[in-house]
Amino acid sequence: MSKMFLYVLKRVLLGLLAIFIIITVTFFVMHAVPGGPFLSEKAVTPAVTAALEAKYGLDKPLGEQYLTYLKDIILHFDFGPSLKNRGRDVIDIMTDGFKVSAKLGGTAAICAIFGGLTLGSIAAIFRNKFIDRIIMIITTAFVAMPSFIIGTLFLMFFCVKLGWFPANGDAAGGTILPVITLMLYPMSYITRLTRSSMLDVLGQDYVRTARAKGVGNMGVIFKHALKNACLPVVTYAGPMLAFIVTGSLVVEQIFAVPGIGRRFVSSIINRDYTMIMGTTIFLAVLIIVMTLLCDIIYKLVDPRIDFDK
Amino acid sequence: MALLEVNNLRTSFFTQAGEVRAVNDVSFSLDRGKVLGIVGESGSGKSVTAYSIMQILTHPGRIVGGSVKFDGQELVGASKEEMRKIRGKKISIIFQDPMTSLNPVYTIGNQMREAIMLHTKRNKKQATERALELLRMVNVNEPEKRLKQYPHELSGGMRQRVMIAMAIACEPDILIADEPTTALDVTIQAQILEVMQNLQKELGLAIIMITHDLGVIAQLCDEVIVMYAGKICERGTADDIFYQPLHEYTKGLLASIPGADDDDKPLVPIAGTPVDLLNLPQGCFFAPRCKNAMKICLRKYPQMCQFTETHHSSCWMNIKEAADEGLVTLTEGEESANE
Repeated sequence: MSKMFLYVLKRVLLGLLAIFIIITVTFFVMHAVPGGPFLSEKAVTPAVTAALEAKYGLDKPLGEQYLTYLKDIILHFDFGPSLKNRGRDVIDIMTDGFKVSAKLGGTAAICAIFGGLTLGSIAAIFRNKFIDRIIMIITTAFVAMPSFIIGTLFLMFFCVKLGWFPANGDAAGGTILPVITLMLYPMSYITRLTRSSMLDVLGQDYVRTARAKGVGNMGVIFKHALKNACLPVVTYAGPMLAFIVTGSLVVEQIFAVPGIGRRFVSSIINRDYTMIMGTTIFLAVLIIVMTLLCDIIYKLVDPRIDFDK
Repeated sequence: MALLEVNNLRTSFFTQAGEVRAVNDVSFSLDRGKVLGIVGESGSGKSVTAYSIMQILTHPGRIVGGSVKFDGQELVGASKEEMRKIRGKKISIIFQDPMTSLNPVYTIGNQMREAIMLHTKRNKKQATERALELLRMVNVNEPEKRLKQYPHELSGGMRQRVMIAMAIACEPDILIADEPTTALDVTIQAQILEVMQNLQKELGLAIIMITHDLGVIAQLCDEVIVMYAGKICERGTADDIFYQPLHEYTKGLLASIPGADDDDKPLVPIAGTPVDLLNLPQGCFFAPRCKNAMKICLRKYPQMCQFTETHHSSCWMNIKEAADEGLVTLTEGEESANE
């Protein structure tokens, strides 16, 4: 266990280094892009702009701004106020948005993982039979179709034509369609991963041993094969989870969901510097944590993995 | 009544290129407590015969005909549930490669307990006790520690011992050993064979020993079957096969064993390549490689004939020799073809 602790500690330190690099690069690239947060405002006198810039410290040299930003984050965990949504802190906006996105994304991710593992196993068990063909055709289609097409089609059929669901993601029952839209791609992808990895595992000697011991079909598949077959899925699921809970611009836009994904993109368009930094750091931390979590799960599933190597 | 009776067993693999007849009309029987050796080169159908008995063939292979009777019970066509109760409980198998035959993500203890608890009414604690007892029987050192280890933490010889321990967990009547020593180095081979020999005596196991190592056969077996291209070409006691081989293929096999004292003599291989199981010849399957092949060998498959009480062979040479001695009379077709 102490080996595990050292490994995690090492990864956390490396993660902090990565986040520091991400902050630095993002900060300077962001400021290098032409434009600024107050440019799009209509008919503002240079004096007002200068006053605004002075208020948010944007008139200071870039190096000093960078150091101030770092100091605020490290010492006070303060991401600053949003430059566009006056009077609100970046951290509050992100928390509100993340609550919505995480609920949608979390549901979608869990459905995608369980659905994908089940469908993939079924396809592998009935390899080349009718049911396998159907599953493969459908998942291929969903892997190939971008979410803006699926989302728009869903909106058109289920909300407009049939009227089964509200088109607004905020309304009751309004989260069902965005969740399905979000989960279809990862679920299809996991199905395909599981199928091929399951087929590989079912041909392994230890599966034959299990059958020879008198283990029934279900036991062979769910005890002996699935645990081995889910390793590639674990690899994929970590980053997938990070991306899906941080929201999708497309899905949130189509179904009018007030999630964090929309904020991310609009902050870039608006040059909302503090917001860009906040969302970038947030996504980076989430991905680093998820990847680490995946590696730990990996070790729990497959004892052959050695953290020393 | 024999413990296991296999009659006219046929197993094929249905591939895109066509039907591969891996086991083609194989018949033999095994008595309680006896050791039967099946010998032959790679691809001769030894393992497929074993998998057919256990019905653990994988897609696209399946039994297409014949019968397998265990203790009077017909296994071909038996339900999945019936077969599940036979496997591991009445008939067990150990495989060639111990490195890949154990599930890498479960501990030895977990896998052994599973084998025990599937067929007996032991609880987890009793199953652990039994697992320890089994590991001691196969001479595994520090059995308590082994139970908590994963397969990758054990050596090849150790894993094969675990496989054997797992196979005999429910005291089966038959143990099939599918080339149990092929993947191990020579000193470990001897130890594994010794373990098997001791178990056979202690538990009164009947063993089917599949191998291409004639030394193993000589050491362990009461009766021997020689297979070529999915068919049995010769059958007899170990003495019959080693001292009076009848079939040309068996003679070739024996001639190809390097001797201990003749270092300078070149090895004697059987020339040619194994027959294509997709396109079996009309005559004897071995005829294209046989240096004594006659016309009839290429035209007609020789019947299995009995030569002594225990010794059977299917080779035209044997039939011809018997005819020359006046023991049998040939039909007219056979007579003319012999020339």
